[in-house]
Amino acid sequence: MNEYLAPLWISLKTVLVATVITFVLGIAAARWMSRYTGKLKPLIDSAFILPLVLPPTVVGFGLLLLMGKHGWVGKFLSLFNTTVVFSWPATVITAAVMAFPLMYMTTRGAFEQVDKNIEDAARTLGASEWRVLYSVTLPMAWPGVVAGTILCFARSLGEFGATLMLAGNIPGKTTTIPVAIYFAIQDGDMKQAVYLMVIVLCIAFASLAALAFLKKPKPRTRGLLVNAAPTDILYAGRKKDNPS
Amino acid sequence: MKKLITNKIQWRMLLTIGLIALSLVITSCSTANSTATSATDSTSTTTTTIDPIILNVSAASSLSNVLKAIDALYTKSNPNVTISLNTGASGTLQQQIENGAPADIFLSAATANMDGLQNENLIINNSRKNLLNNTLVMIVPNDSMLGLTSFNDLTLAKVTKIAIGDPKSVPAGIYTKAAFDELGITSRIQSKFILGANVTQVLTYVAGGNVDVGFVYSTDALSSTQVKVVANAPTDINAQIVYPAAVLKASTHSTAAQAYLDFLSSDQAKALFIQFGFTMAAN
Repeated sequence: MNEYLAPLWISLKTVLVATVITFVLGIAAARWMSRYTGKLKPLIDSAFILPLVLPPTVVGFGLLLLMGKHGWVGKFLSLFNTTVVFSWPATVITAAVMAFPLMYMTTRGAFEQVDKNIEDAARTLGASEWRVLYSVTLPMAWPGVVAGTILCFARSLGEFGATLMLAGNIPGKTTTIPVAIYFAIQDGDMKQAVYLMVIVLCIAFASLAALAFLKKPKPRTRGLLVNAAPTDILYAGRKKDNPS
Repeated sequence: MKKLITNKIQWRMLLTIGLIALSLVITSCSTANSTATSATDSTSTTTTTIDPIILNVSAASSLSNVLKAIDALYTKSNPNVTISLNTGASGTLQQQIENGAPADIFLSAATANMDGLQNENLIINNSRKNLLNNTLVMIVPNDSMLGLTSFNDLTLAKVTKIAIGDPKSVPAGIYTKAAFDELGITSRIQSKFILGANVTQVLTYVAGGNVDVGFVYSTDALSSTQVKVVANAPTDINAQIVYPAAVLKASTHSTAAQAYLDFLSSDQAKALFIQFGFTMAAN
């Protein structure tokens, strides 16, 4: 029984840490790119979204080349006698890299819908940039940020290709649920495969259902997001009844 | 009732989608027609033309390189036969066949997988034969500084990552674990295992230098210039390594499949097997 549950704990640890990292980095990147007007903007934007578009095995292979024995990061880390390949941190890295574009895109969309006048008003009242972000931008963009985080969570939970390449299948250390299901099916252990599948379904349903029940604070703003539940950001663009 | 299409733009969209759908239908129809007509052409001509056939061979990963060479040779003398090679861990292949995957021939790296298929009545029993033997070896990356010389060195603290095939589905992994069990070191080194989905993946792990040591067949070690062999498995384990081969009952080309199987025991094929490091099994 313990053997069946081990992938669950590993996955939960990985997803938790990866979501936190992506939350911070996603907001930072979205904030930066929503203001950046330099010439490199399309390039940087594409670089951020790349892991979403590439096949996970390509991303995994790229990370392996970068962090493996002969890669830049790998060589740097070997100075400290550590390596990331085939270790638990590798699962976090791959999950975060694959989920980052989702967080970035959703958050940036939400940030760009925040009324700039209100942010500027805060600035004229003496708020620092941090305060503007924390007290004005984030609360107003909150549904989008939450939606991004949920997408992140789901993507990290389901990350398989890149994880298998960089972290490998080390029972008890890096065998996340998707990797465990894959190997269970290979081994003909249908019982474990179904068991893990049911667990994943329950987690996924629970998190999406929890989202639907969340109420968001009501900002005074024009736009699509009045009285919207966080999941509504996923349907942004459809015509909704807008109470003025 | 509301109008379905209210303006020019919607008309254009509909037209584009319709044209794309139409062209897809036409191309699929024409390719279906052309394969149908070419098939009828080949059967309606006189007996001097032989029908082209495709043989699906499911073979253990360790056979990948040698079979490619042998198949090239076979197609030269049998130009109407195309060999479609599907490699993987024997356990995975066994599962695929049990679940109805189309295969004419099965070449396993362990008797257990062939026995499994035989018990389910999926092979032509009198086509089954032991084809090859192999040996299990311990390999390290070429530039390894660990100085490992025997299986028992695996228990040392400086060995942190041991790549083996998944002992539940990869024969190489099963043999490896049997060797560890025999030496009584399994429980001490279990936490260092990195499981590969097939033996070629284990080889790649070691060749890439990201693990300290791995366990593959000597034939795999031969095929890579980035690893070196440092120890052999115990002789009694190596004696168990047998590659059985058989034609599958569900094959629609059993005569051609048997001919191919016979070719694998021919002198030309033997020479290639030996060149790649295999030994022929005693039957």
